[in-house]
Amino acid sequence: MTEFKVPELGENVAGGDVTRVMVNVGDTITRDQPVLELETDKATIEVPSSVAGVVKDIRVKKGEKIKVGAVVLTVDDASGNGASAPAQAEAPAGASAPEQEKKAEPEKAAERKSVEADLQVGQSKILPMPQRQAPEPPPVAPPVRAERSGTPAPASPSVRRLAREIGVDVNEVQGTGPGGRISQDDVKEHARRILSSVPGAGGVSAPGSAAGRASRALPDFQKWGEVERQPWSNIRRVTAEHLSYAWGTIPHVTQFDKADITALEDLRKKFKDQVAKAGGNLTVTAMLVRILATAVKKFPQFNASIDPERGELVYKKYVNVGVAVDTDRGLLVPVIRNADQKNIQEISIEINQLAAKARERKLTIEEMSGGGISISNLGGIGGTAFTPIVNWPEVAILGVSRGAMEPVWKPAAGTFEPRLMLPLSLSYDHRVIDGADGMRFMKWLVETIEQPFLLSLIG
Amino acid sequence: MAESTQLVVLGAGPGGYAAAFYAADMGLQVALVDEEKNPGGVCLYRGCIPSKALLHVAKVIDEAKHAASLGVSFGEPTVDVDKLRAFKQGVVDKLTSGVGSVAKLRKVKFYQGRATLTGPTTMRIAGPEGKTTDLTFENCILATGSHPTKVPSLWLDTPRMMDSTGGLEIPDVPKTMLVIGGGYIGLELGTVYATLGTKVSVVEMTPTLLPGADRDLVNILEKRLKGLFANIMTSTRVVKVEEVNNGVVSNGIRVTFEAAAAGGDSQSGPAEQIFDRVLVAIGRRPNSKIPGLETTKVKVDAKGFIETDAQRRTAEPTIWAIGDVAGEPMLAHKASHEARVPVEAILGHKSIFEPLAIPAVVFTDPEIAWCGITEAEAKAQGIEVDVAKFPWGASGRAITIDRPDGLTKLILEPKTARILGVGIAGSGAGELIAEGVLAIEMGATAEDLKLTIHPHPTLSETVMESAEVFFGQSTHVYRPKRK
Repeated sequence: MTEFKVPELGENVAGGDVTRVMVNVGDTITRDQPVLELETDKATIEVPSSVAGVVKDIRVKKGEKIKVGAVVLTVDDASGNGASAPAQAEAPAGASAPEQEKKAEPEKAAERKSVEADLQVGQSKILPMPQRQAPEPPPVAPPVRAERSGTPAPASPSVRRLAREIGVDVNEVQGTGPGGRISQDDVKEHARRILSSVPGAGGVSAPGSAAGRASRALPDFQKWGEVERQPWSNIRRVTAEHLSYAWGTIPHVTQFDKADITALEDLRKKFKDQVAKAGGNLTVTAMLVRILATAVKKFPQFNASIDPERGELVYKKYVNVGVAVDTDRGLLVPVIRNADQKNIQEISIEINQLAAKARERKLTIEEMSGGGISISNLGGIGGTAFTPIVNWPEVAILGVSRGAMEPVWKPAAGTFEPRLMLPLSLSYDHRVIDGADGMRFMKWLVETIEQPFLLSLIG
Repeated sequence: MAESTQLVVLGAGPGGYAAAFYAADMGLQVALVDEEKNPGGVCLYRGCIPSKALLHVAKVIDEAKHAASLGVSFGEPTVDVDKLRAFKQGVVDKLTSGVGSVAKLRKVKFYQGRATLTGPTTMRIAGPEGKTTDLTFENCILATGSHPTKVPSLWLDTPRMMDSTGGLEIPDVPKTMLVIGGGYIGLELGTVYATLGTKVSVVEMTPTLLPGADRDLVNILEKRLKGLFANIMTSTRVVKVEEVNNGVVSNGIRVTFEAAAAGGDSQSGPAEQIFDRVLVAIGRRPNSKIPGLETTKVKVDAKGFIETDAQRRTAEPTIWAIGDVAGEPMLAHKASHEARVPVEAILGHKSIFEPLAIPAVVFTDPEIAWCGITEAEAKAQGIEVDVAKFPWGASGRAITIDRPDGLTKLILEPKTARILGVGIAGSGAGELIAEGVLAIEMGATAEDLKLTIHPHPTLSETVMESAEVFFGQSTHVYRPKRK
């Protein structure tokens, strides 16, 4: 009989509330299978099991507060080899060294995994480049390393460094090279897999199966004709989980409006060469990022998150804007940090760089986390309106469709005038934002887009 | 005088100056403190460098002697000890002043003096001529190194008794000398003195020379050392040392021996013997008694090493430690690699110290070098390994230099044939081991080594051919793979 205890969950995390027990007595669990969902004050974490076997006893229940080190469940780890199993089970102190090591290893694996999860949530704590004051010690605990036994992962120093930089434990990466050698691609692939177990790049888990709901049995499609099956890519799976969670959690409202961008478009054309010289691409998206950044300072509830556990709203004092990027692997949302402190040219350059990185698969987890509000511009492709899904834990997202020339009635002149109109779709979390607030926010956006000078005047 | 800096490095050995230079290259404002006039530390002043200069001289003497059997005779050498010492000193001066001027070029501010920590971000440096500086820092890297171990009951304050520092000074070429300690320092210095003409005896407490290295490698060296040294006593302990004098002048040091292990050792020499000089080389201790360390939260462990995390940060967030003072192995190349870790951590990177292999080299003749896991360690830890050996008797290059006394071996993970360890005994093993370190760090397999073309005729081919041995396909060794 082996006990599984709550592993270390990261710095300053002593425990949490059990929000879900994901296994039942009698289930056969495998190592690394999530067995428990714990809500800590930092994040909701799926706790993977460090033991494998048949669950004999579950010692925690939903709603209970538990601490690190508490026994979660016990398993019968008889490996089918009836003769040796009891001996192993009965040998706590007297077990031979290799056996103990074998047992210790998975627990450490779990520990590492949750440290990783914490690392993703806590990214902002790790200070960037030279700092005047000492940065907080990163969560690299030397004992973890010191206790490690067995063969180190077959990865070159540069690969190990990459893994560390993006918060992946190289010892958990499956190498695809000869002798199991781990390449840079293996590390990246592993990171994507972590993302799928900790969706949203914010380090918070979505309950349920890959799609966020218990899945139902599929019919046999071949009854009606030929089909082709392809693997569901990790990035699609992550997106699916994330969006399902957002859709299932957030009461969405979407409002529509149109902004006259005739003047804005003139400005864009006038200055786009100048921005191009600086390495940017002056797009409507870049300009909208800056306008949104100013807007959320006027309407701080659009840059908030809900903490239902504490019954609080979290207002962010920083303005980070996510920009949805279409890649050949699917949707990615890199984040422009402190967008309110950057000019449109700087934002144009940054979007260019991030989009390139997204397409080259070089975006780090950090570059995709920490957004406060997002923008999704499908206008390059077409459309007149759509209903974007809020990128939880954010509370609003601005969708942009294709701008088109339209006759606009000008009462003063008594005629229709051809104006370039940009359709906007604003989705928001109705728990935080009311319809009137949404409309005021939209109106402010439209006015600022139509009178870009307002940005400098009052922005 | 009160000054401030972003980073101060305490101790300018190969760890300290590497840290200081790297930090300066990365744009930090750096100060470097050492008691010597120039950076260099034990390695350059009293360790690796002077000992290698002397070992080079020993090699020249030995090869000249050996040449007789190849048909070239030079006659008996005469040794001018003063000139020899001057050559060694010249090497040291050249390197230390070189490092000093590189420090200046990098705008690293060098303080000669002794530092006392006065808090987590302050220190006082007492320089020469009573000059003191109060230095405020954001981060401090302790790289204070180590010093030779002395057992007070087995130490006499007499010029006849030397530690490694004294031994490197070559005060004279004594007729007889006892080296206490069969580790690498004792064997290297013993080799120097024996080649210069001293009858050298070595005493080692454990059952073997070079504890830590694999036996098959040590055996090759031991065979040759038995011809070079007057006596090698293993499993033997020194219990007493006393100076012998006839009332007027000292005649030497009388040393009393005792069997260290039950049952004794057949190799043991007489229970008592008089030596002209005694060289103590029983290990090194970290220099962690740093003045003022108690004004910080820095912790020191039972062995005297400063405790750090994987980034080499101590319990005091502004203070870091690297090199000998931060833990085993106490080797210059470990220190200078380790030096970059805290610098990168200070700059906000997630670097940690995590080498897969730290090479160890014993610069005796033949040299012994190893890296990664040893066969003995694998056995002790219950790790299943395969071992592939290539004897140098089958190497064309080894035969041409008339040094077939060598062995190259690979320690491999059986399933994947991944290289976990490499051990080499033979002439120039220290140069050859670097390939082994790279192989381990890259996660290379025996097949990778086998498929890499090595230049002919060189000793490096032994690395490739040992990989071929693993597959039972070595060109020059017929040893078919067991079915």
